[in-house]
Amino acid sequence: MSKFAYLSVLLGCLVGTAWLEFFLRTKVYRRAVRLILTIFPVVVVFSIWDAYAIAQGHWTFDPRYVTGITTVANIPLDEILFFIVIPICAILSFEAVRSARNWEAGDEETK
Amino acid sequence: MTYTQLAVLAVLIAIVLDLYVFKTKLLRRRVFWVSYSIVVFFQLVTNGILTGFGIVEYDGAAIIGSTTPQDEPPTFIGDGRLIYAPIEDLLFGFSLVVLSLIIWIWLGKKGIQREPMAGPPRKSVHRLLGIK
Repeated sequence: MSKFAYLSVLLGCLVGTAWLEFFLRTKVYRRAVRLILTIFPVVVVFSIWDAYAIAQGHWTFDPRYVTGITTVANIPLDEILFFIVIPICAILSFEAVRSARNWEAGDEETK
Repeated sequence: MTYTQLAVLAVLIAIVLDLYVFKTKLLRRRVFWVSYSIVVFFQLVTNGILTGFGIVEYDGAAIIGSTTPQDEPPTFIGDGRLIYAPIEDLLFGFSLVVLSLIIWIWLGKKGIQREPMAGPPRKSVHRLLGIK
């Protein structure tokens, strides 16, 4: 356990889902523009929530286990990365299920 | 507002956004519920690590359960917690995942990198996936 404990969990999430891109051909990382456009508003919205929760003391981070780098409104860098990594993992899982089962997901028809 | 209140509110907002604002209707799709089941399992694992080791600690005034104790793990199951994490985290995670997927699908519907579509799985994983 170290300053990289939180980051290691996030790295584990990225490594644990990476195989889906290759073996299930999720094509999520390949659609990088769409992925970035998805993640950006999510990071903004959840950072606002995080900033409020930190200010109110809803949750705190053990300084032994986070990098110690803070961003805006006292949000640890580790948290910002969480709001990037988790959406990626969720989208990879979603596209993996779609790839495996061919189920309709709502973006098939041209608008 | 407490974390409990915010978490419930976030779920309600996510539902309204999905069904009525973006009309992505993920919550009515099998692909969502199957992938969410997988995601929530891994959420319990990773969140259990973050909260069980006390990397993230909670204030009892903000959650249903009590404050994360100093230098010992919180309750594994019970006291408003599930695998060390406050049950509010399940609502937080749900809204985070749903919001991400709403935007992802909405962008696809708008034609932003709709293609290449996912699939098909490689032959090497067909047996693992139960594909004949």
